[in-house]
Amino acid sequence: MQYTLLIHSEEDAWAVMTPAQIQEGKAAYDAYTEALVKSGAMVAGERLRPTSTASTVRVIDGKTKVLDGPYAESKEQLAGYYIIEAKDLDSAIAWAAKCPGAHYGAIEVRPIWPLNEE
Amino acid sequence: MNHVDQLAGDVAQRVARESYGKLIAILARRTRDVASAEDFLAEAFASALESWPRTGVPNNPEAWLIAVAKRKHLDGLRQSQTRADSASHLQLLREEIEDMALHQNNIPDDRLALMFACAHPAIDTDIRSPLMLQTVLGMTAEQIAAAFLVAPATMGQRLARAKAKIKLAGIPFRVPDQHELSERLDAVLDAIYAMFNQGWTSFDAEENNLVEDAMWFSSLVVELQPDQPETLGLSALMLFLHSRFRARRSAEGGFVPLADQDVTLWDDEKIDLAEFLLRKASEMNSIGRFQLEAAIQSAHVARRFTSVTDWHAINQFYAILFQLTGSPVVKLNWAYAIGEDSGWEVGLAALPKIEEFPELTNYQPYFAVRAALLEKCGQVLAAQQDYDRAIALEHDSEVRAFLAQKRDKLSLSTLQ
Repeated sequence: MQYTLLIHSEEDAWAVMTPAQIQEGKAAYDAYTEALVKSGAMVAGERLRPTSTASTVRVIDGKTKVLDGPYAESKEQLAGYYIIEAKDLDSAIAWAAKCPGAHYGAIEVRPIWPLNEE
Repeated sequence: MNHVDQLAGDVAQRVARESYGKLIAILARRTRDVASAEDFLAEAFASALESWPRTGVPNNPEAWLIAVAKRKHLDGLRQSQTRADSASHLQLLREEIEDMALHQNNIPDDRLALMFACAHPAIDTDIRSPLMLQTVLGMTAEQIAAAFLVAPATMGQRLARAKAKIKLAGIPFRVPDQHELSERLDAVLDAIYAMFNQGWTSFDAEENNLVEDAMWFSSLVVELQPDQPETLGLSALMLFLHSRFRARRSAEGGFVPLADQDVTLWDDEKIDLAEFLLRKASEMNSIGRFQLEAAIQSAHVARRFTSVTDWHAINQFYAILFQLTGSPVVKLNWAYAIGEDSGWEVGLAALPKIEEFPELTNYQPYFAVRAALLEKCGQVLAAQQDYDRAIALEHDSEVRAFLAQKRDKLSLSTLQ
């Protein structure tokens, strides 16, 4: 099965970190990504620029409406994601627990819904 | 109904009662689809009732039912057209062949794996016990709804949602590895104890089978995991409580608190078995919540020989139990034990504060215990207020009557 790990974290936390701490954080993610790749679990993964760069789009009455900012204003925001291959929910949870983001934010684990399945 | 029909029906019923969960577990193990396993097994039972009277009851009815249910499952897959399904069909067939070679007629018992799936941390806590009752014992949503005081439609929806989550989120049917076992086992044991309490606290329904079901689940876990001290601890705890079943009510049906119970009405056989299990558990040298609660009950029932309760020991057990769980209910019971052991004023001061544990705001026993402590300390008016509050919060009429009696006795003492 494939699962998405949605990494939610406080954006402000990165802003107040020292360069050394940021370096440490990046290194932790690099190591995590490498572990995913080596085990064959990695399907895809990206980090996202902060919500200050987000635009939210809706089409209302045929007109495209764009708003500055994220879909939902909240303290913790989607900061990145991984798509992984795991044999069941337990192994997906085990990967989520190893993600550096799990230690200061929260990882939402969602199964991928293949297009050919009901 | 002729004799052969009768026999076939009896055997089918017996298998349904004894092996339902085992069969569901086997069927759902690979597909993780409890709902369709239930459907296929129901169809297999229907086939059995139709064909056994003609062909005779097979030597191994369980194997027969499994074979028919699996065939119905494969037929269903065969009819579906998508590529993904034919791939999983082939995979299933392969596993089927390997499995048959491995087990022949010897059916593995996967009920524990099924229980771990039902009590998975990703399943809502409140639905774990109902889910176990349905998948392992085959109870209907209506029966479970009645036991848990929920509308049948609501219970049906919640069970369906949980089964869909097991399937779609890929919750595995397996007994966890050793390093994560204790954490996961706790969830299974919690679900069993919740089931027990559901039946135990509802005085209205003494015929309520939840207590018996919980005891059965617990003996199953002991049978399947005999080397886990907490599984023994839970069994011991429930046996201790259950041993006092008859003593909890007076001849007139009134509520009898533990302190006033006639010890000759306690069930010695259950107490002996509980003591044995608790001793076995303690030999494994790994203390846990259920063992401690069982130890407290053991200290209570020791009264049948000594005629006094060892409140000092109970006080110490509660201290460790609170350290372990941080539970406000434990702190509440501990405060009463402190009162008995070290003086009522000390006990009153040890009560949990509502500001600290807001979940106690509408908890009947909190006010009943505080009332009793206030009464012992001579604070009659405050005690009366707390009894009133406890009475207003209690659903059971016999317990209400008992609390009202205590309150009224207080009013009399102030008049004199």
